This record gives sequence, C-alpha cells and structure tokens, in this order.
Amino acid sequence: MIPAAFDYHRPTTTADAVKIISEHGDEARVIAGGHSLIPMMKLRMTDIAHLVDLQSIEELKGITVDGGTVTIGAMTTQHELLENTALIKAAPIVKEAALLIADPQVRYVGTIGGNVANGDPVNDMPGLMQTLDASFTLVGPNGSREVKARDFYEAAYFTAREEDEILTAISFATTSDGYAYEKQKRKIGDYATAAAGVLISKQGGTCSSASIALTNLSDIPVYCEEAVEILTGSSLDADAVTAATQAAVNASDPQEDNRGPVEFKKHCAKTVVRRAIERAISRA
Amino acid sequence: MTKQHFKLTVNGEAVDVLSEPRELLIHTLREQLNITGPHIGCDTSHCGACTVDLDGKSVKSCTVFVAQANGADITTIEGLGDPDNLHVLQEAFKEHHGLQCGFCTPGMITRAHRLLQENPNPTEEEIRFGISGNICRCTGYQNIVKAISAAADELNAAKEAAQ
Repeated sequence: MIPAAFDYHRPTTTADAVKIISEHGDEARVIAGGHSLIPMMKLRMTDIAHLVDLQSIEELKGITVDGGTVTIGAMTTQHELLENTALIKAAPIVKEAALLIADPQVRYVGTIGGNVANGDPVNDMPGLMQTLDASFTLVGPNGSREVKARDFYEAAYFTAREEDEILTAISFATTSDGYAYEKQKRKIGDYATAAAGVLISKQGGTCSSASIALTNLSDIPVYCEEAVEILTGSSLDADAVTAATQAAVNASDPQEDNRGPVEFKKHCAKTVVRRAIERAISRA
Repeated sequence: MTKQHFKLTVNGEAVDVLSEPRELLIHTLREQLNITGPHIGCDTSHCGACTVDLDGKSVKSCTVFVAQANGADITTIEGLGDPDNLHVLQEAFKEHHGLQCGFCTPGMITRAHRLLQENPNPTEEEIRFGISGNICRCTGYQNIVKAISAAADELNAAKEAAQ
C-alpha cells in the first residue's frame, strides 16, 4: 500500500516544528513513531500534505526523575521506558503497562507522546496517565500550557490539544505503594479488550489513597471516581473491592466491535479491574 | 512530487537513493537496492517479515518512510551472513529445522540477532516474548525457539573461548 504524497520536514527544535504546523494548519501533521499514523496513511484514511517528523528534536527525548516528579519527553519510546532503571523504581506501573503494548518492533519506535496525544481509545497510555494523574505539556505559537490527563480527552481522536500545538512532555508524581496494570487482549500485539490501571496506598490497615482508570472501555479513557471513593478510607476488605469493581464497571461504556459484544466487554472489565485492585493491594 | 536524495548505510555500505519521501523503506530496499531478504508479508505492520535492524533497533520496514530512515544505519539478513559463510543464527535455523517455507525467516533471524545483542542468554520465555512481533505460519515456533536458544549457546561459548 502506497500513501499519498507529502512534503517531509525534519525540524531540530520544538519551536521550528510549531512554526511549520502553524504555517500549514490542518494540512500538517506531526509524526512520532508513526505506527498509528503510517498505517492510516497507507490506507489513505488520512490526508497529510506536510509531515513533520519529530525524531531529531533532542529536547523531546529522555526521562528525568527529580525529587518526587517524573518527567518524560514525548519522543521517548516504549522500549526506552522498559529500560530506564530510575523510572522503573519511581513508577513501576509504567513498565508493567508498556510491556503489554504491541510487540518488540513497535515498542522500539512507538513513543509515549504519540500514544497519549493520538486520542485513540485503544491506546494504553491514556488510561495509565489518568491512573497516575499525569499532566501533559503542550507547546504552541503562544507558548506552553499544562493540561491534566484527566481533562485531556474529549472523544475518540478529539483532545484538548489545539491543531497548532505539540505535546512535548508528560509529568507525574512518583508512586510508592501498590500498583497494577491489567490488560485482557486476544493475542500479543492486540489492543485491549479491557484494561485497568490501579494505584493503592495503605496506612495501617486503611486505604489512604487510590486511583483507578480504564482503557478501551469507552471512547475516551475513564477515571473511576466513584470506585476510588469506595476504596479510599476502607480497609480494602472483600466487600470494598467488590463494590469498587462494580462501580468501575458501571463507569465504563464499551461499544460492540470485533472484540465482542457489550456484555462480554463488561465481563472483561470486571475481571481486569478486580485483578488489578487485588494485585495493587498485594503490593501496597 | 519531486524525488529527493536520501543517504543510508545498508549492510555496511553507504548508499544514496533517489526517492519520494513517501516511499516505504521496504520498497527502497527491495526495489531500488535489490535487497530482497526482507519480505512483504502483511504490509500492515503485524507479521514482522520485513524486519530490519535500524540504528540498533528491530523495525518493520513496511512502516517506516525512507525519509524517516535518512542517515540511518540498516542491517538486513544479507548483512548477517551469506550462503558460503552462514551466521550462527542461520546455521542454527538450518540445523534445528527452524523454518519450513522460509518466508518469515529473514525477519525472524534479523529480530533474533537484535534480541541476542540485548539479552545474550535468554530463557525460552524471553525468546518467545522477544520474537512476538514475528509471525510464522508453518513451524509452530517450537524449532525457531530451539534454534535461537542453540545460537545463543554457541555465541556465548565462542565468546568464552575468545577470552
């Protein structure tokens, strides 16, 4: 399959990249790892006159853990997330989730920025970033701004990012207690039928804080506020886990597709949420 | 659309190709450079038959534009060995019956080569996970895993002997 022709740009600074996309408006698209975009271009389901490759912008790469904050450049690949010992120590849930994304070849080129910015409900990182309560940095012609992951997603492929903005970095607080990212998929390389990210902190016998978000169980990632409220302050007993799991399933809104009907997806949601909560408790 | 010059290093040799930016790397390799080891299996980035090594990463060359690869150092199956001088992995695939029709083999071996660079002593599970981006419809993978494991042992033995 051959995509339509385009002009290729490879800027070396974020400012230059923003300038190019500002000049060309909706005719321009940035490309990161390209493993979502290139298949769409090959199918001619997207029309791009100017392709702006971010691979040579060094300021978009790298992982820093500074005090209690993790910052990851948008062009950091999934493979790099798996190899970074400081990140694995600061937020082990990221590795647990990244290992479940696609396959080795895709992880070498697929980036965290592309995964969160694309707005595709099947992607794992948006749900994970809502679990972590991450912030996204967006840079446009008028400077930069921060948007919370929990406020970023509006509908499938629609996000708070403006057309002339580039998502440059992701930051979140380090995690210290229980964590789990659980994903049900048909085979390696597949997107989630259902997936859930969970963080749980305990003090004494009581849950002091929790976070739960879902992947591919609605047209946007779902942060499960009610489930979090049920767990927080509870003793994390079986009743609390069951009630929180049900609350998370109630917050989901899956659509029937080739991964199954709605009932099946809700069943999978229940299973992955319960497993994730239980594993997070066991690690807290 | 005008063609442009792109510079690649392919199997150790510097080459200059004249292509449209939209040309996929697999087509550059196969049609311009006559390097036909990497195969087009699915053309949708699922099967891994087009896997090449690009700047030390295994990538599916059906999902990389030649423009993105400008300046890159690429190794294909042709760069690993040749019929008179097989690479250890090629020899192991032959010995352990790691192929039947052979269509996936160039991608499989190129991927296995990178896997063993990063993890010279993989467990069976690590091999299976490491080649999970490469699909084989003949073998059932059993002998592919055996071959990669045997190649790892041989490479490690050679390394030890050299020390």
